[in-house]
Amino acid sequence: MDTQEKFTSRTWPESPEKTTLEGKNKFLGFWLFLGGETVLFASLFATYLALKDKVPGSDHYLAIDMYELPLVFIMTMLLLTSSLTSVYAMYHMKNYNFQKMKIWLVVTIGLGLAFLGFEIYEFYHYVHEYEHTFTSSAFGSAFYTLVGFHGAHVVVGLGWFILLLIRNTNRGLNLYNAPKFFVASLYWHFIDVVWVFIFTVVYLMGMVG
Amino acid sequence: MSTVAQKKGFLAVLWDYLTTVDHKKIAILYLTSGGFFFLVGGIEAMIIRIQLAVPDNNFVSAGLYNELLTMHGTTMIFLAAMPLLFGFMNAIVPLQIGARDVAFPFLNSLGFWLFFFGGVFLNLSWFLGGAPDAGWTSYASLSIASEGHGIDFYVLGLQISGAGTLISGINFLVTIINMRAPGMTYMRMPLFTWSTFVASALILFAFPPLTVGLFLMMFDRMFGANFFDASMGGNTIIWEHLFWIFGHPEVYILILPAFGIFSEIFATFSRKRLFGYAAMVFATVLIGFLGFMVWAHHMFTVGLGPTANAIFAVATMAIAVPTGVKIFNWMLTMWGGSISFTTPMLYAVAFIPSFTAGGVTGVMLASAAADYQYHDTYFVVAHFHYVIIGGVVLGLLAGTHFYWPKMFGTMLNEFLGKITFWLFLIGFHATFFIQHFLGLMGMPRRIWKFLPGQGLDMPNLISTVGAFFMAVAVIVLLVNIVITQVKNVRVGNDPWGDGRTLEWAIPSPPPFYNFKQLPLVRGLDPYWIEKMEGNTKMTPAEPLSDIHMPNNSFIPFVMSLGLFIAAFGAMYQVSWRASEGESFVWALPVLIIGMLITIGAMAVRSLKDDHGYHIHKEDLLDDEEGGRE
Ligand code: HEM
Ligand SMILES: [Cu+2]
Repeated sequence: MDTQEKFTSRTWPESPEKTTLEGKNKFLGFWLFLGGETVLFASLFATYLALKDKVPGSDHYLAIDMYELPLVFIMTMLLLTSSLTSVYAMYHMKNYNFQKMKIWLVVTIGLGLAFLGFEIYEFYHYVHEYEHTFTSSAFGSAFYTLVGFHGAHVVVGLGWFILLLIRNTNRGLNLYNAPKFFVASLYWHFIDVVWVFIFTVVYLMGMVG
Repeated sequence: MSTVAQKKGFLAVLWDYLTTVDHKKIAILYLTSGGFFFLVGGIEAMIIRIQLAVPDNNFVSAGLYNELLTMHGTTMIFLAAMPLLFGFMNAIVPLQIGARDVAFPFLNSLGFWLFFFGGVFLNLSWFLGGAPDAGWTSYASLSIASEGHGIDFYVLGLQISGAGTLISGINFLVTIINMRAPGMTYMRMPLFTWSTFVASALILFAFPPLTVGLFLMMFDRMFGANFFDASMGGNTIIWEHLFWIFGHPEVYILILPAFGIFSEIFATFSRKRLFGYAAMVFATVLIGFLGFMVWAHHMFTVGLGPTANAIFAVATMAIAVPTGVKIFNWMLTMWGGSISFTTPMLYAVAFIPSFTAGGVTGVMLASAAADYQYHDTYFVVAHFHYVIIGGVVLGLLAGTHFYWPKMFGTMLNEFLGKITFWLFLIGFHATFFIQHFLGLMGMPRRIWKFLPGQGLDMPNLISTVGAFFMAVAVIVLLVNIVITQVKNVRVGNDPWGDGRTLEWAIPSPPPFYNFKQLPLVRGLDPYWIEKMEGNTKMTPAEPLSDIHMPNNSFIPFVMSLGLFIAAFGAMYQVSWRASEGESFVWALPVLIIGMLITIGAMAVRSLKDDHGYHIHKEDLLDDEEGGRE
């Protein structure tokens, strides 16, 4: 099938991300990649749990002293909503509505940026209020590594969406770029799921002690 | 072809290999660079054995010994055995499933270049202030304390090449799931394809823990983190867990493809269908699964407690069951077959007792209580060399002889091949059998010298003599390769005469599009089925039509080069002699430049459309005989 063929909303296939062999391969390969990423985060979670509150002296602040529910709750809501908006974007992609897809992707990016802003504020806050840094203790190293890896994934996800939008603004949808948008949105969902675990394992469990 | 054209060809050929996305050429890249690292690791091994030939020897210093030992293990596992296996997987698996290429040709090339630059980076440590010296396991308590940049070379080099391995693993999984020819159901896939499939799944799930472990080590050594610094609340056991959660599956990543190669060889040269095909597949999958449940058998003496030790001991012993199933199936494949003892078959036959011996010592080691005696002695060294050399390396040598004609279109000399085989087999057992007893007598592993008069002199000398036999065997193999390529006697599709699977139905080497028409697969061993019905070719599954091919690309090389450069920056932004005023102002800029090169290359890749090209069917008709170029 020709990947650059022009479509109309009538001829646009049901699952444009899986219509070509390239698309199918990309789709499956990306799912597998996310499987590997899951193990990566599992290893980081295990490390964090092993080193949680492991600090060199009693003058160091612990999880229970630092974490604040309102802040992380807002962050969670931002990211969950952005997942929802990316679903809208993919819905319009499947209906061959490029304009609406773009709008919802821009909203998704906005929410992602807001999340990042809060995360930067949060780290800044811990460093300055509690002297909780990457190098201050094993706890600090483990915390910033786990949450920071997630943050880096958010940055990559945002960069990916932005590049795709810039590249394809004037081109519309075809079977060459539809799988790309779809896979990027899968990545975004994955980031969201990881955050749900961070919210639970790091923050909620951290606040109980 | 005229000589002028050939001469002009050299740069063109070089450029072709730097940019190729063809799985058959990438296979050759893996084979040559893996072969090169195998020689490097082999030389390191010889120096180790020379140092240990006689008691109280001073051939190398203690520090250099540690570096040699570490680099030998690391090179052999990551830069020799795995890439060589990747070479055969690339060369053969797409052909076995009747595909025109892998699912992601671009990523295939990227995987290779990442491995290559990672390996080069690691080995540059020899020239830039000293190699890593904390063992291939690089336990954190040792490696955090190790001075100089050796460990940094280990961490960054493995990180880069590990990324390449992960990419290749995903690529093979998708290839095998999505690219099979019509009729090639899962239960018709040749065993080498099956074992590649399972090994790739292991790569996918085993490499991320290593990635994390290496990140933590990198953060500790280069960015001031405290994961492994007990005085800051850290814990070195975390490294051991992460390393072995990766490390045990890794040994199965190595052995399963070797099992696959042997399965093909047994069936081919017994001229019989593989005995118990379904059981073989099931055993392979089961081994892959259990491989994740046993990592703590490397940590029995850490003090995880009797319950943990007992669970991991039992799980480990359980792996012997599916492994035993495979051993018996190979023997029953030979049973009643019309066997021809070609060089590959000799390796396969010798593999059975050699590998089984390694399995038996494995079960001995798995008895946690007894392991307190064996652990960190030469007994363990003997065990893993029996499984790795008796299994993986014999498999690689067998595969080299078996698949050489398919990859290069020439047949390695059988006489020289048999000389290599006998020298290698005798040398291998001479080197390592005696090490079991050295271990039981209490000789610890990873020591630089031993003292006279403790009953260790003679066994160590025998072991060293055996090592020289293996070295000579490898040299004979190299001579064989040179002679074969110089003579350049071309062979046909099925040079062994008994090929069973699809790769033997097409020219040697295959044309760059592999199959002019995708073949129709009508059962297990499809080519054999056609032969039995008197056909010389596969029945096509599609009419002759245009073939879509990917474009070559230089981007994978550039991406990998960027990381290679960045690694130097990351490493030198810390100085081990900061107190003496040493600092590297250029390091941070180099780190940033390297990363920018990589990210830039990625951006070019994603912004520039690459739709590939089509070979028109008229051109295919012209080119009836196929053959590369
Ligand atoms: C029946 C199957 C096997 C069993 C039961 C088994 C068991 C074990 C045990 C318990 C150890 C730890 C010994 C110690 O450190 O005290 C060990 C070490 C080792 N095994 Fe195996 N093994 C098996 C197969 C394999 C295979 C197939 C390979 C590789 C292809 C392999 C490679 C290694 C290596 C490299 C080490 C040493 C790691 C190190 O400490 O540097 N094993 N094995
Ligand atoms: Cu193991």
